[in-house]
Amino acid sequence: MSILAHPFMQHAFLAGTLIAAACGVVGYFLVLRAQVFTGDALSHVAFTGALAALVAGIDLRLGLFAATIGVAAGIGLLSRRGRADDVVIGNVFAWILGLGVFFLTLFTTARSSSNGTAGTSVLFGSIFGLSARDAVVAAAVGGGIIVAMAAIARPLLFASVDESVAAARGVPVRLLGVGFLALVGAAAAEATQAVGALLLLGLLAAPAATALLLTARPYLGLVISAGLGVAEIWAGLALAYAAPSLPPSFAIIAVATAAYLAAYGGYRIRRGRRARRGKRSHLASSAADFRVTAAGARAGLSAPALPRRGPAQASRSAQASRSAQASRSAQASRSAPGGPARARHNGPMAGPAPQGAEPR
Amino acid sequence: MISPVINPVFSWNVVDDIRTMWAYPFMVNAFRAGAVVAIVAGVMGWFMVLRRQTFAGHTLALSAFPGAAGATLIGIAASYGYFAFCVGAAAVIALATRGGRATGPASSRVSESALTGIVQAFTLACGLLFVALYHGFLNGTTALLFGSFLGITASQVVTLAATAAAVLAVLAAIGRPLLFASVDPDVAAARGVPVRALSVAFLVLLGAAVAETAQITGALLVFALLVMPAAAAQRLTARPAASLLLTVVIGFLVTWAGLTAAFYSPYPIGFWVTTFAFAVYLAAQAVQGLLRLATPHLAGAPA
Repeated sequence: MSILAHPFMQHAFLAGTLIAAACGVVGYFLVLRAQVFTGDALSHVAFTGALAALVAGIDLRLGLFAATIGVAAGIGLLSRRGRADDVVIGNVFAWILGLGVFFLTLFTTARSSSNGTAGTSVLFGSIFGLSARDAVVAAAVGGGIIVAMAAIARPLLFASVDESVAAARGVPVRLLGVGFLALVGAAAAEATQAVGALLLLGLLAAPAATALLLTARPYLGLVISAGLGVAEIWAGLALAYAAPSLPPSFAIIAVATAAYLAAYGGYRIRRGRRARRGKRSHLASSAADFRVTAAGARAGLSAPALPRRGPAQASRSAQASRSAQASRSAQASRSAPGGPARARHNGPMAGPAPQGAEPR
Repeated sequence: MISPVINPVFSWNVVDDIRTMWAYPFMVNAFRAGAVVAIVAGVMGWFMVLRRQTFAGHTLALSAFPGAAGATLIGIAASYGYFAFCVGAAAVIALATRGGRATGPASSRVSESALTGIVQAFTLACGLLFVALYHGFLNGTTALLFGSFLGITASQVVTLAATAAAVLAVLAAIGRPLLFASVDPDVAAARGVPVRALSVAFLVLLGAAVAETAQITGALLVFALLVMPAAAAQRLTARPAASLLLTVVIGFLVTWAGLTAAFYSPYPIGFWVTTFAFAVYLAAQAVQGLLRLATPHLAGAPA
């Protein structure tokens, strides 16, 4: 156990374990709800928030958490059903990133002598540089995120898998969506301290996607996702310790990617075997597809992108006569109760129907 | 990052100001390169926004960083690295996600976004590894990520223009079926348009365009030029030709205005370009809102 003899390794393991577990739990829902792009956006917000705090001369974490939680809640509040349009998110975070560059310039010109590498460590993390106090705070926040997620896991799962039915049963879908995104923001700020703003997407997406390939059972998947995250960060830290030329952030993400590739390979082999066993191979393979990602399929059907894309596209294809207003009105009419509910109710019954079979 | 000249002052005498700027050959090159980049990124971004592939586009944009870092590490020209990583990442996303777009069961959308995220994190981690292995690269990191319009040579502009012409030529060749497949993939597939092949081709083309653009704007800001002008233009009009043209015009104006502002201020070009583009986008949103208010009978009409 010589690896744990160093205080910096102890801090890294303490903080890393809880950060990874929190990211695994949050990331599972993020992937299930097809909101990975939101996580991507928050990673860039984290960069700007941290640099803004550095420029203002306040604690870096304050800027991190304020920026990510604020923007995450904003995305949740501004979008219908707590899920924003990717293009809107893209525009906003591209600009926020531009602001980050602005703060970086301010910071490097103002105090280039004192701390020139701060920008790089925000981008790529410095888990070996955590002090004892940093590690305890990060671990406490990570634990808090896990507890909060455990508290909302049941209704959130319901709302993620079948939003309209959950809403009909009185689940506060919108509030859950916003609260969940705020927790994603907190997890992103946490992960920034471990692997950096640019790489935190790996901690959020990779363990969760791996877990979704391994099992279709949601709670088991949730536990696997958190466990994988922890195992991956441990393996990454050990790898970085054994090979000092590897940056720890790279080692962690590399291990996470390798685990995903292994799970993906296993999934393809299982699917192929099942396909060969069955007489009508294409049916068997699509059945396997459905079994493994059944929850994902339903979540995907209720994800806004498909129905949302529908009317706009239809209007564009027939847009010789109708103009922009038509597509806008189509978008507006989506909030009418009939359309989206119908679209969603077809989901579980239709199973792995090709996309064309969905009402658009 | 650093103001290039001994503090030039913007006098609001626009002709004089431009003359001052263009007295420096590197600024002329920067404006030429900016124009090429704005056109390519605008056109490709227009299709990207239409196809709702912003996440894939952003991932490709970021994979420019490990490309450049890796090329520097093994000591070859950075542009090879840019192309290798961007086109490689495009191929991985396209092939692993059946064309990069949810064309199969709806579950593919879930796994697709997760896979894109993993590709992004891994390529960036590779970039970090390359930077760490190549010691003393630290200042270059910010230039790679955020771009620098200084020191663009005339031969670089020529290469840039040639690549841009190639990308646009391929896009022109597949443009019509691609538009059809983007707007209505099911009907296009039924009519015999090779939707999946087009998706793969588009992503690879996007990778090439990004690789080219990133050399000037930096990996983190290609995405701004891809998404912002196109999103603004598509807010303003639904006609394909008009909004495509508008995208290019917005991208062009924003880039040149950004270059000018960066020249006359101590702040970096990335900040100016994204700020101008975001302002245009917000203005487009406002115009769209006003149009909707002005035509209430259309806003309530059924789809």
